[in-house]
Amino acid sequence: MSAQAQSGRTPLSRFFSSSVWTRRTLKQKEELIAYLLVSPWVIGFLAFILGPMLTSLGLSFTETDLFTLEFVGFENYTKLLSFDTTRTLFWTTLYNTAYYVFLSIPLTITAGFFIATLLNQNISGQPTYRVVYYLPAVIPGIATSLLWLWLFQPEFGLINWALSLVGIEGPRWLFDRSTAKMALVLMSVWGAGSNMLIFLAGLQGIPTELYEAATIDGAGIWRRFRSITIPMISPTLFFVVVTQIIWSSQVFTNVYVMTEGKGGPANATLMMVLYLYQVAFRQYRMGYASAYAWIFFLILLVFTLLLFRSSKAWVYYETEIGGQRS
Amino acid sequence: MSGAAIGIGSSGASVKRSQKTQSVLIHVVLIAGGIIVMIPLAWMLSTSLKPPHQITKFPPIWIPDPFVWSNYVRAVTIFPVSFLVFIRNSMYMSLMITLGTVLSNAVVAFAFARLSFRGSRVLFIIVLSTMMLPQQVTMIPLFILFSKFGWINTYNPLIVPHFFANAYFVFLLRQFYTTIPRELDDAARIDGCGVIGLFLRILLPLSKPALGITAIFAFTWAWNEFLGPLIYLSRMETFPLAIALSFLRAAHGVLWSELMVVSFIAMLPPVLLFFVAQKHYIQGIVITGVKG
Repeated sequence: MSAQAQSGRTPLSRFFSSSVWTRRTLKQKEELIAYLLVSPWVIGFLAFILGPMLTSLGLSFTETDLFTLEFVGFENYTKLLSFDTTRTLFWTTLYNTAYYVFLSIPLTITAGFFIATLLNQNISGQPTYRVVYYLPAVIPGIATSLLWLWLFQPEFGLINWALSLVGIEGPRWLFDRSTAKMALVLMSVWGAGSNMLIFLAGLQGIPTELYEAATIDGAGIWRRFRSITIPMISPTLFFVVVTQIIWSSQVFTNVYVMTEGKGGPANATLMMVLYLYQVAFRQYRMGYASAYAWIFFLILLVFTLLLFRSSKAWVYYETEIGGQRS
Repeated sequence: MSGAAIGIGSSGASVKRSQKTQSVLIHVVLIAGGIIVMIPLAWMLSTSLKPPHQITKFPPIWIPDPFVWSNYVRAVTIFPVSFLVFIRNSMYMSLMITLGTVLSNAVVAFAFARLSFRGSRVLFIIVLSTMMLPQQVTMIPLFILFSKFGWINTYNPLIVPHFFANAYFVFLLRQFYTTIPRELDDAARIDGCGVIGLFLRILLPLSKPALGITAIFAFTWAWNEFLGPLIYLSRMETFPLAIALSFLRAAHGVLWSELMVVSFIAMLPPVLLFFVAQKHYIQGIVITGVKG
């Protein structure tokens, strides 16, 4: 742009600008190739993400199945967010999902971090432990769900047998509305191995000199943990918290399989995405479901933004790493 | 002088001893945890081989007596459609998704890693931000669109979007490409390599490990996919394994042996892949911090 503006001034500059111009055509050619190469993503983004998102926003102001479409204004939203619980299941699903997310995340993160810390102590056989702990994370959700359905079986299930060994009479787990969600939470802890691997990678990235220097200065285990490990691992922790909230709030396969798509007993495990599935693909109320999907999206967005905001207070970025990450 | 040396020596020995007890303690905790993780899988295998009357025994029997191998035959022949059809469907879907993922992401990530173009920073930020997007918000319009295409009960809605790159893999591959020294690019350019030649002859051959990671993750995720096939496939002969299993659960909810048999079969491909390629797996997670 500036080169072209200069080109009109003097013959000399015109001469120079012509060489600049040919160089730019080469550069332009490369730029064209670059655009061509990223075009699959751009097309995919427009066709499968941005386009559908805007369409879904539009649909949320209508009532539509696959064949008819009627504009209803904000009715879907007012119906959804109404406090009259006979009209909407939104608050039930929000509560169920929040219960699941906010119990399972601290548990899986603590378990994953604990195992990672142990594995990071120069332990022999580390690769074997890694495989064992990570294994549940690669098993298909459907297989995990069927397996845990069997483990939670009230009469013959392994879990209630284990409880009976220590003299506890096990609850009816998935058949009791007061324990059904807890069963799903416990099941999620089995998959804590995926967090473990991420934490382990983070722990191994902490320079050992930091620990050595602190030891020379007389810092004990606890002090080293609090003043070195915690700040140095905080970016990893932040990443895990953000992605876990997004993923575990989309919990679907487990509940669908274990409750036969119903979210029972008495809607106790009716999670947000399961309800969305029911409304959209069982009842074909696509407009209502779109409004619901947008509320779900906005809740997640607000949460993620709040987390990013709060990260300044508790996530420690080394300056040079901080520069690279952006 | 010698006293000091002895003092250092003895304290060194006690440090060593305390380190040893510490590592034994850690092993004990890790093994105990490992057993807890493995018990459900052992229970799955045990149940899959039990005769019916031993399944509902309380307290449980761990070793089936006798081993009923015919459970496996009965479980895979319980469906009105041949079990091989489900395996073929799952394989077809997973392999096509893997193909699309590797091809499209290798190219897109290359452009982001190596080429300068206007708007590349903004575009890359958009790529990353789509990672945070729950797929549910695009699910309904896509369903309407694909049903207008007549793609219901086909694998197109599940496969085609994967040919248009994905934020996770763009990120993973870009991270990997940036570790390949730029001097190689310059050398290749001096030798007259164009952009495409640079990609095909230099970067692609050097990034085989990262492409392998991409393929492994893509295959595993595709194999484990549930919600997508559930929405788009309603005829049994189109079911992938996961949906067939959920059908079995709905139809025969208490046939525990059979359910454990098919669950075991369904988990074999991703688990075997994980065992074979665990180094790549872990490397991939280290690069992205994304779980597999």
